[in-house]
This record gives sequence, structure tokens and C-alpha cells, in this order.
Amino acid sequence: MTTTTATAEAAERTVRKNSPGAARGPRRTGRIRRIGLPYLLLLPALVLELLVHLVPMVIGIVMSFKELTQFYIRDWGTAPWSGLDNYKVSVDFDAPVGKALLDSFFVTVTFTLLSVGLCWLIGTAAAIYMQGTFRGRGLLRALFLIPYALPVYTAVITWVFMFQHDNGLVNHVLHDQLHLTDKPSFWLIGDNSFIALLTVSVWKGWPFAFLIVMAGLQNIPQELYEAAALDGAGMWQQIRRITLPSLRPVNQVLVLVLFLWTFNDFNTPYVLFGKTAPEAADLISVHIYQASFVTWNFGTGSAMSVLLLLFLLVVTGVYLLLTSRGRKTADV
Amino acid sequence: MSSTVTRSRSPMAPPRSFLWSRRIFLTLLTGFVLVPVYVMVSSSLKPLADVSGKFRWIPSGLTIRPYIDIWSTVPLAKYFMNSLIVAGAATVCSVVIAVFSAYAVSRYSFRGKRVFTVTVLSTQMFPGILFLLPLFLLYVNIGNATGIALFGSRGGLILTYLTFSLPFSIWMLIGYFDSVPRDLDEAALVDGCGPLGALFRVVVPAAIPGIVAVAVYAFMTAWGEVLFASVMTNDATRTLAVGLQGYSTLNDVYWNQIMAASLVVSVPVVAGFLLLQRYLVAGLTAGAVK
Repeated sequence: MTTTTATAEAAERTVRKNSPGAARGPRRTGRIRRIGLPYLLLLPALVLELLVHLVPMVIGIVMSFKELTQFYIRDWGTAPWSGLDNYKVSVDFDAPVGKALLDSFFVTVTFTLLSVGLCWLIGTAAAIYMQGTFRGRGLLRALFLIPYALPVYTAVITWVFMFQHDNGLVNHVLHDQLHLTDKPSFWLIGDNSFIALLTVSVWKGWPFAFLIVMAGLQNIPQELYEAAALDGAGMWQQIRRITLPSLRPVNQVLVLVLFLWTFNDFNTPYVLFGKTAPEAADLISVHIYQASFVTWNFGTGSAMSVLLLLFLLVVTGVYLLLTSRGRKTADV
Repeated sequence: MSSTVTRSRSPMAPPRSFLWSRRIFLTLLTGFVLVPVYVMVSSSLKPLADVSGKFRWIPSGLTIRPYIDIWSTVPLAKYFMNSLIVAGAATVCSVVIAVFSAYAVSRYSFRGKRVFTVTVLSTQMFPGILFLLPLFLLYVNIGNATGIALFGSRGGLILTYLTFSLPFSIWMLIGYFDSVPRDLDEAALVDGCGPLGALFRVVVPAAIPGIVAVAVYAFMTAWGEVLFASVMTNDATRTLAVGLQGYSTLNDVYWNQIMAASLVVSVPVVAGFLLLQRYLVAGLTAGAVK
């Protein structure tokens, strides 16, 4: 592993070399230096992305073809090759491991679609409603950003407290105050856990959509609205005909980012449920984590991760293809 | 009819249906957002009996005891220090590196520019779980081979976290730097600054809001991360993300202390974020959302 330290040192050297160069002035900016400079500037970012993302990804793919159980952790290179065995186990939907993975996958897809849809809807509505000026607008905007600003774990821990069976707020309101249920429900185990997870995820996620749409709204030229108003378009019509279509490019990126973040979310379910999530809310990240670290079977865990990555690549590719084609026809 | 009334005021005045739906929607949303915040704040000031029995909207009495006890129930100060060091260092490194990269992409044309931006951005879509296992093994093996302790150390965590915020930071700063007129740094070059002189004396000062926004983002990312913190830290280097779980593994669950600790941990980031949020919105408007 000396190569990695060598590159790290090289990165450090470039940083050091650059800073005095800045003070010394232009005389030494020769032709070669000018061509090399952008690469030198990119080097630290490149080295780090390689070390922390790309190299581990390649290792992960290699690992998925190995029989990597706890006996080989210290020296994973010696683990025997297992061909496609890990993949076969992962997608054998008749056996327990594959069945559990498939279930977890469907839970994750349903959860992601609902969460992204709700986050987008609430965020966009809030951003549009907050466009005009009214009293308390600044304060409200700050309040709305609190869920996003809170560290994930403190926010989720608070929800864990609210979802407690005996002393939580949710049961107190639904059962004791509104009498909607016969007896207090369990929220963090059983089927209700899906609702609990969705609620927390939307609570935490919508302000990001709000933030992005708010920024997008500021880029819509005011003249468009003025022209529409002169033509007699009312407020609702302006929103439908100008605001929403103008947000299209912003939404294209926003929905994709929300999708990827939600689909890969680990922090929320992990803090909400602990190491093993209830079946109804068994998101894929936690499922793979559990399959790898609780059973110490890194080979199968890696194969599942690679399958997950492939799925996300395909979805992203199709999504980008569809949305950019739609954009082109809309322009014509 | 209402439309004639509103029209007489101003041609742009919103109709009554819009105002009413706005009032209802924003009220409900405020409730949804604030209830957990209220629970956090009020419970942190309740005596233990209040949080162990049925939930009470109004505390039976107020006490600051939880805020004193949190420091001794778990070594919160140590976790706090660890989080501060890790998030602080990751932020500084991430911002500096992002400034260099964004400057290169924004101001130079070179081979592989597109490959670079696409590759860096696409790392954002990787599931963290995919490189958690390999990174874990990589750090352990680097440690075994060279004696550089990355696994379990703050250094390893800093290294990991800074790459989490790097792609988004670079992306946002490219947009921001693009909006700084090129004439400015060309003038600086003519005046005898080197390219890096132009960067630090002209481009960076003009892009301060964007840089602040990126720093806020990087700090929040590192401060709130749970997955890698739970695997890559040990007793000495544990961060708040994992440390806070210590209150509930004990026999009794001290919910008032958990809420107090959560609040203490949240206040610095939330306050910082709310103070600097206008930079983030400005940064997003100039950079990412275009």
C-alpha cells in the first residue's frame, strides 16, 4: 500500500508548491506550466476521489466474486474465488437470502417513490406560496429550514421518542386525545414502521426541495409574469403556465438527486430502528449492512451492493434519457 | 366578485382563493415542522417522571437538571470535541480542494475536463454501503502495511467525509466562479498576478457567498453522518452521531437527557445554518440551479 501514501504525499507537495508560487508572480508561468496547471489544481480532488470512492468501488466489485467471510478479513486477498456464487445467492428468490433481498428492494422502491413525491410536492407548494411578500415570511422560511439543518441523528432520535408506545406523543394524540385507535399502536415494529419511516423521511427531506425550488424561482424573469398579467392570466393560471414549466430543468435535477439520496438513505432507518429494521421498513442499505456486518459475510454483501449500483445506473440513465428527450420536444 | 375587488387594488394582487389556501397550507406545514422541535425543547426541560410516563404537552415542572447530567451519563464533551475536529478539518480541506478544482474547470479548457466533472459528480450517486465495506478493508490493510492508522482514527474519518461533500462543492463553485466576470482575473493577470494570485485575490473574494455556502454544506455533511462513523470509530474517536446512542443503551432510557443532548448538539449547526442560509440560497441560485 505504499503507492497510496506516495500519491497522498504528492498531493500534499502540489498544495505546498502552489501556495508560494502564488506570491512569487507571473514570470515562471511558462508554456508547460500553463498546460499542466489545471491538472495540478485538480490533482488533490482526483487523488481523494480515487482513494475513497473509485478504488474501493473496484475492490468492492472484486470482493463480490470472492468467498469473503470473517476468516479472511485480515488478509482478504487470500480469500478463495467463488465465481458468480455470491450473485446466485443474492438473486435466488426462492431461498431465504434472495427472497429477503427482493422484499427489501420492493419496500425501498415504494418508500422512495412516496417520499420523493411528497417531498417534491410539499417543497414546491411551499416555495410558490412563499414567493410573495407577507408578514413573517422571513421567520417562516427560517423555521422551514430547521428540519434540514438539524443533524440527521438528533432529528430522528426525537421522532423515535415521539413514536414510543407508552410515553410518545403520537400515541398520546391519536389514542388519548383523538380516540382514533382502540389501543396504543406500535410504530417502530410491525407494519406501522413503514408509515413512521415515511413520515420522518418527508419531514427531514422536503426542506431541501423547498430550498432548490426557491432558488429556481428566482431565476424566472419577472417580465413573463407581467406579460401574462397583461394578457389577463390570473394567479393560478400564471403558476400553471409560467412557474411550473419554467421549473422544469430545476425539477429534472432535483427529482433525480432526491431519488438517489432517498434510495440510498441509511442514516434515517438506522437511527430509527437500530441494526435490524422491521420487515415493513427494511430499506436496502440497512439490509445490506446487516447482511455484511452482522453475519460478517462481505462477499454476499458486496454482490448485493454491486447489484444495487447497477440498478441505480440503469434508472439514472433511463431517467436522463427520457427527461432530456421530453425537454427537447417541449422546446420545439 | 372577489376578482373585481382585487383587480381594483393592483393588477398583480393574488386572488382570495390563493390567499386562503396559502394560509391553510402554511399553517399546517408550520405545525408539522414545529411539533418535533417543541418536543425536543420541552422534553429537555422536564423531570424524568414526565418523560417516562404518559406524554405531557405542558411539563409538570421545569428543570435544567438534564443539561447538567448529560455530560456525566456519557462522555459527551469528548464526543463533541471529536465531532468538532473531524467536521472542522473535513470542511477546511474540502473547501480548499473544491476551490482549486472549480477554478481549473471554470477558467481553463483542457483535455478530460468533461470526464472529470462527470466522474466526480457520479460518485454522488454511489450507495454509501457499496464502498463502506471495501473502504473498511482498505483502511485496515493500509494500517497493517504502513502503520498509518486510518481505521478508527479521526484522520480516516476526515479523509472520508471530505470526499462526501467534495462533488457537490465543486459543482456549486464552478457555477459560482463562472458568474465572476473573466475580465476581472484577466486584469489581475495583466497587473502581474500569477494564475493563483488571480484566484486568491480576485475570484475567491468575489465568490465569498458561494464559498461560505459550500463550507456550511460540508460541515453539516460531516457533523450528521452516521454510517461510516458507526463502523470507523472506536471508544477514543467516537463522534456525536454514534455517541448519542449511549443514552438509550443503558437500563433506563433518560429521554429528557437525550433531548437535552440532542439540542446541545443541534444548536451550533442549526444556528450557523440559519445565519448563513441566504448565502446558500444565493449560492444555489448562481451555481447549481441554472
